[in-house]
Formats: sequence, C-alpha cells, structure tokens
Amino acid sequence: MEYFLELFFGGLTRGSIYALIALGYTMVYGIIELINFAHGEIYMIGAFTGLIVAGVLTAMGFPALAILAVALVVAVVYCSAYGYTMEKIAYKPLRGANRLSPLISAIGMSIFLQNYVLLAQTPNFLPFPNLIGEFEFMEDYAHILGSANLVIILVTAAAMVALTLFIKYTRMGRAMRATAQNRKMAMLLGVNVDAVISLTFIIGSSLAAIGGVLIACHTGQINITIGFIAGIKAFTAAVLGGVGSIPGAMLGALVLGFTESFATGYISSDYEDVFAFGLLVLILIFRPSGLLGKAPTQKV
Amino acid sequence: MKTLMKGLVLSLALVLGAGPALADTIKIGVAGAHSGDLASYGLPAVNAAKLVAEKVNAQGGVNGMMVEVQAEDDQCKPEMATNAATKLVSDKATVIIGHICSGATKAALPIYKAANLVVMSPSATNPPLTKSGEFPNFFRTIATDDEQGPALAAFAANKLNLKKVAIIHDKGDYGKGVAEFCKAAMEKAGKVKVVLFEGIGADQVDYAAVIQKIKQAGAEGVVYGGYHPGASKLISQMRKKKIAIPFLTDEGVQGPDFLKLAGNDAEGAYATGLIDVSGNAMYKAAAEAHQKAFGTAETGLFFAQAYAATQSLLNAIDKAKSTKYEDIMKALHTETADTCLGKIKFNAQGDAQAEGVGFSVYQVKNGKWELNK
Repeated sequence: MEYFLELFFGGLTRGSIYALIALGYTMVYGIIELINFAHGEIYMIGAFTGLIVAGVLTAMGFPALAILAVALVVAVVYCSAYGYTMEKIAYKPLRGANRLSPLISAIGMSIFLQNYVLLAQTPNFLPFPNLIGEFEFMEDYAHILGSANLVIILVTAAAMVALTLFIKYTRMGRAMRATAQNRKMAMLLGVNVDAVISLTFIIGSSLAAIGGVLIACHTGQINITIGFIAGIKAFTAAVLGGVGSIPGAMLGALVLGFTESFATGYISSDYEDVFAFGLLVLILIFRPSGLLGKAPTQKV
Repeated sequence: MKTLMKGLVLSLALVLGAGPALADTIKIGVAGAHSGDLASYGLPAVNAAKLVAEKVNAQGGVNGMMVEVQAEDDQCKPEMATNAATKLVSDKATVIIGHICSGATKAALPIYKAANLVVMSPSATNPPLTKSGEFPNFFRTIATDDEQGPALAAFAANKLNLKKVAIIHDKGDYGKGVAEFCKAAMEKAGKVKVVLFEGIGADQVDYAAVIQKIKQAGAEGVVYGGYHPGASKLISQMRKKKIAIPFLTDEGVQGPDFLKLAGNDAEGAYATGLIDVSGNAMYKAAAEAHQKAFGTAETGLFFAQAYAATQSLLNAIDKAKSTKYEDIMKALHTETADTCLGKIKFNAQGDAQAEGVGFSVYQVKNGKWELNK
C-alpha cells in the first residue's frame, strides 16, 4: 500500500508539471484553434529569465523566497511580451489563411526561438537553484512529495480554477468565449477581437513563464531543449483531456502522469512512453475529442 | 595564342602538382570535430599532433623526414567525416590521427582501409571498431566502453561490498552499453545481485516512480549508465527523497558539468574516468610545451591520448624505417612505443595496452573529482 501511495504521488508530481504547461496550450487552442508549438519555447525562455534574475539577486544577497517572487514577476512580464509580439508577428498576418499556415508558422517560431536562445545564451545545461527550498512541515513527507512538487500542484490547481472563473464570469472572459464561437459575429457585435486574442496569448505566456520557473526549481537544470520536450508531453496531455478544455488539460495531464508512474512502478520504465501513448490512442478511439472535449458541432 | 594557352595550362598543372606532399615529409592527417558543438573534443588532438611534430622536427625529424600536420574538420558528423577522409587520402597523408567520435570514425574507416592508411583514434571508444576485426588498419589509444562496466562491477563488489544494486541507464547507445556490460560482469562474478535493470528517459522532468522502485527493490547502490544531465537529475531527486545509497556512474558523467548541475547532491558519487596521467614526465613536458605554444596548461579532452597516438605512429615509422602501410602495420604490432601514457603496445585487434590506458574510479569530495585509491 505504501508503495502504491508513493507511486501515486510520483504520478501526481509528473501530472501537475504537465498540467501547468498544458493549460497554456489548451487555452490558446480554445480561443483561436491554433496549436501554438512555440508555447514550449516561451516556457523555456521563462526558465532562462528566472535563472538570470535569480543569479543577479542571489549575488545581491536577497532571501530565496523574495528571489522566487521577483523571478516569477520578471519572467511573467518578459514572457508576456514575447507571447504578445509573437502573435503579432507570426500569427496575426495569417489569421485569414487556411489552418495549416499558422501551424507551420508556429513550428517556425519554435525553431527560431530555440536557436535564438542557443546563440544568445548557451547550448549547455545550466544548474537552476532551488528557489522554493524545503519547507519544514514537509520534512516528514519529503520521501514521497518534495516541497517544490507541492507548490507546483497548488499553483496548477489555482491557475485552473482562476482561468475557469475568469472565462465564465468576467466581461473579458465572455468576449473570449464569443470570439471562440464565431470570430466574425463577435467582431460585428463590437468585441475587440484583436485585443481578446492578444490577451489570450499574454495569459498563456504568463502561465508558461510561471511553469518555467517552478518546474526548473524541481528539475534543478535547464537548457534550450526543455521547452520542446515538455511541450510534446503537455500537448499530449491537452489532447488527452480534450484540447480547448481547461479542466480537460488538467485531467489529461494527471491521467498521463499516473499512467507513466504506475507503468514504471509495476511494469518497467522502459515502457512508460509505450503505455502513455498507447493510452492516448485508446482514449482517442473511444472519445475522439478527448476526455472532456466537446464534439465539434456541425454548422449547417 | 595556342602555344601560350598550352604553356599556361602546363605551368598551372606544374604548380598545382607541386603543392601538396613533398616526397620526403611525413604528413599526419588529423581528422575530428574542429568546429561546432563538439569542437572541444577535437581541437586538443590537433594541438597535440602539432606539438609532437614540432618537437620531432627540432630533433631532425623521423628518418631524416620532416613531419607536417594537416587538420580536417568533420564536426563529428559521419557525412562530413567521409569528406574529410577523402580529402586526406587525396592529399597523400602518411598516417591518420582520428577521428574523434565513434560514429564519424566508423563512417570514415572504409575509405582509409581502401587507401591502405593506418588510422589511430585518441577518443573513439565504441568497442566493435577494433573488436569486429573489420578494420585491421584501425588502432586506438583509449580504453573501450565495454571496459567501464566491468570496472564498475568490480568496484561495487570489492570496494563497496554491495550485495544488491539497481542498474539504471538512459536508453542511449552509450549508457545502455555501460549498464549492460556492468550487469553481465556482476552476474558472472556472482558477488552482487542486480535487483533492478531499467532505462529512464534522460529528458524526463521527474524520476519519482523509478526512485521508489529502487527503494522497493532493496538496492544498496545505484549504477547509472549515461551522461551528466540525466545523472545529476537522478542523484538530486534521490537525495531529496532521502535515499543516501552509493551512486556509481560512468565517464560520460565524470566531468565538471555533473558537479555544477548536481551541486551538493553530487558529494560522494563515484564514477569511472580515464586514468590520470598528469604525473607522467612526458605528459608534463607536453603540457609545458602546450603552455608555451597556446598560452595555457589546460590541455583539454583527449590531448594525452592524441599526443600518445602521434608518438606511437612516429615511433612505428621510425622503427620500420619506411612509410609503407605494411611496414608501419608490422612495426605497430611488434614494437613498443614510449609515450605520455606509458609504454604502449597494441594487441592484435589494435587496442593500446599501457598503464595509462584504462579506467580508474573517482569520487566527488568537497565538490571535486578525486581519485579513489
């Protein structure tokens, strides 16, 4: 039983890491039906920004939690600027084009950003300080759940709830839903569609930035490829849960995390990807739009 | 006009023909990664060859012939390696130092074999390159990957007295190879029981599940086959989960990057690494020459191996009193060369046997790799 619980928490850790990145993916998809492949790169840039801020502030002698707070704020601002600019440069001009064009543009953006960081920073792995530290009250449970994991789980859950409420109950959220349903109609009714889409990218990028800093605290190292690798898993999670659905991204990520963890624990980690993607195929056979995805309604 | 053209063509041909390889020089072709990500693996070999050539030329050359060095870049890419090999063959290189990466070496070897050229790598560790017997013209001055596994197994059994270990690898060619050879050696010796043998993705964000499995299996130690990013993540997450059992790993991890990435968690970890030759008198002289020529005593990766390879080849040419392929081959197999890795003899397969070729075990102490005696 204890072994089961340990594996459960292992799965929860992994799942929440995937979820934090998947939320941004699924949100952008929900509004403009674009799979933003560069999302992983924004996550990576968030981690690098956090590292630079942490380096400077550590040298100035600030306490760890203050550094974490500042690093998060700076990463969020910086990545939002990236997300906003990226949308204006790479996606907005293609808004009227067929669906493949922005997809290719997104892949191009992803490769561009990765190589840009490679040239501007380094291709090597860099150590990332654990800004979250180890909480005292977690001391007795450290063997099953680390402090950084706890923070990641809580932040992911909070982000999911906040996003859901925002989209359901605020004016801007309603504009977002309207844009998602029918962009032209929303525009005719006075919704500023450009502003809505920009805001979507800003929120998505902010989530990626928070994810970048927190997850780097857990893994302890970053390099230019982390975004691509995390992006693939997060994208899988988003599809599993139903791309476009915010609770779906969380659920999909947890299902993926648990599958990997239990497959490792009871069978073999050699096959964790086989089980994870086998499950994806199975779910998509029986529920083509994902666990919580809505089947697309035919417009007649 | 016609005669003028003819004259021009003739003189051009003469100039071009006279350029490369005067008959009385020994041309050492040095092929490897000299640019790109892995340039730091390949450039020290060029420096080593140049330093040996300089030293030998100052003493009057080999058999009265001067030694020159021609470097060709392959960026560790197989497709570029074949180009570099073709270039060196057509430029009439006498012998080849290289290539640096195993994959590139494997791609280039058939070209050298067809051209009857002796090739000696300071760094290609893939076992079949020599052990398959496919390339009798290939030699190396570095120990092969399959010697690390048994070294780790012996260390775990005899020095650490472990009874049960978990062997984890990164599913890559190199890491899995080390892990499998280690497992085979442990099973053969019978002193250590392998309770877990699994591959984990080096790019995964979290290893909680496999760490719980290591604990569940009752392992008294972990052997990891792979490179530093995966190793540092695994050891950090193990230590965070308060699993303090010994951590043994390979030469792909034994370097400064692992210490930087794992920080305090690296403390106490063991790893196999190339035998330290910094005490060798000839190496010390080479490092001094390096300091004079390039302004630093940091010689870099595989420098000693490349230096020894150049020394061995020139020694063979000297003893054979010939630059013919058959004569060099015979001398390499029968003569002993005095090099910065100690006295080198090559076995029938082409692997160097010397006191400076092989692996020792290092341990992280106070943030540094120290030889474990």
